[in-house]
Amino acid sequence: MNHEILFAGFGGQGILFAGKVLVYAGMLEGRQVSWLPSYGPEMRGGTANCSVIISDDPIGSPIINDPAILVAMNLPSLDKFEDLIQKDGYAFIDSTLITRKVERNDVKTFYIPATQMAQDNGMKGLANMIMLGKVIRELGVMDMESIKKGLVKVIPERKKDMLEVNLKAVQMGYDF
Amino acid sequence: MADKVLMKGNEALAEAAMCAGCRHFFGYPITPQTEISAYLSKHMPKVGGTFLQAESEVAAINMVLGAAAAGVRVMTSSSSPGISLKSEGISYIAGCDLPAVIVNVQRGGPGLGGIQPSQADYYQATRGLGHGDFHMIVLAPSTVQEVIDLTFEAFDLADLYRMPVLMLSDGILGQMMEPASFPEGTGRTLPEKDWAVTGTQGKRKKNIVNSLYLQPDELERKVMERYERYDAIKKTEQKCERFMMDDAEYVVVAYGASARVAKNAIVAARAEGMKVGMIRPITLWPFPVDAIREATEQAKAFLTVELSMGQMIDDVRLACECKKPVHLCNRTGGMIVKPQEVLAKLKEISGGAK
Repeated sequence: MNHEILFAGFGGQGILFAGKVLVYAGMLEGRQVSWLPSYGPEMRGGTANCSVIISDDPIGSPIINDPAILVAMNLPSLDKFEDLIQKDGYAFIDSTLITRKVERNDVKTFYIPATQMAQDNGMKGLANMIMLGKVIRELGVMDMESIKKGLVKVIPERKKDMLEVNLKAVQMGYDF
Repeated sequence: MADKVLMKGNEALAEAAMCAGCRHFFGYPITPQTEISAYLSKHMPKVGGTFLQAESEVAAINMVLGAAAAGVRVMTSSSSPGISLKSEGISYIAGCDLPAVIVNVQRGGPGLGGIQPSQADYYQATRGLGHGDFHMIVLAPSTVQEVIDLTFEAFDLADLYRMPVLMLSDGILGQMMEPASFPEGTGRTLPEKDWAVTGTQGKRKKNIVNSLYLQPDELERKVMERYERYDAIKKTEQKCERFMMDDAEYVVVAYGASARVAKNAIVAARAEGMKVGMIRPITLWPFPVDAIREATEQAKAFLTVELSMGQMIDDVRLACECKKPVHLCNRTGGMIVKPQEVLAKLKEISGGAK
């Protein structure tokens, strides 16, 4: 099974981090993975995105031009990538920050008020993990156990105490 | 092989350099090679190595020359405009017959250009990285694993042939992460560096490292000796990957990141019944002439896929002696060729040949 996921949002939302968790988890499952961030004169508050591929076959290009799966965490990202989503693809929208609806009707769309959920539950900054939880649930990318292993790898030693709350956020998205 | 880790190509290159015994790095910051310097600034001091951010690229490359003359494994890294600045020093390193590893994480040019991925420094890397008659070995990885393996190889080849080796990467390979592992080493036996200037303690004749020869006959002899070495390298060090080449009638030639894009297109073309394969040069100098020559018989046409206005295409034309048409599919300036564009081009050149 191939999954090509484009995570997009503001710098500082943990867009690249969410992608990293997913590829680490995929690698630990023994699958082929790649992760490619956008880079440029970008900073906190600017736009950021990363292309994540999880595949059972060797990966050629790590670039996702037309995503099968878009995870959009701000309006500029939805505006930029909506038209590029593959027909019959998926869109996961943080509906706290994106108030408009997806206009495409050939794309299966999920609206998750992730930023609000994170705020309400004392998980500020973990909307990314809530979105990730929803993605793995709906697409069956992998189970929670794998995500946990990925998180253990990606969270640096000095922030180990953040593991539990990250997992809780993923679970919250998974259950949404 | 150790466990697999996920690392950016740039970080993997930096770690591989340290694993290969490089303890001296001199550089100057530039995007998109930043992570190499950042990684080494953090980790080099922990193993007692030297990380030095010089006042300029010119200073950095001359520090590389000095360290190489002292017989240590040394590296510098930069991106396109920075490499141009280093070109004088690289010519001197070649003229002094010194081993050194130089990394170019290519970005769009000319001039200050842009910071997005590019392959437009192919001519510079394989033809003219500095003045005078000389070559450097040019290695072009296409995966993060290959970034690691070729970094080990680069240091070995530099020591083996006493010449600068260029790692030609690009913004995609530098920034992307994929699983890779670090080998123990190459296990190669390398010659003693008995030419290094390490102090004589009054016990032996002085070693002198120099690229100045005022007597033309002496300089000619030196250059000719160097070219004999180059001929040997051309015979033994050509490297490439052959992908789906067995029955290929249309042969894509691509290296580095664009080879990854091309692979997607080739798999798609095969699914449509087209007989397409790829030769992926791993050494750009020496160019894998033998592989291209061998494929010339079976090929109806070649297609180079490049993130430039078409530079490697000249080497393919030379290698196949223009016996078959050589086409180009390209983007430049930091734009990336899409697999669909390569596929469309393959269909165009194969005409009704299917």
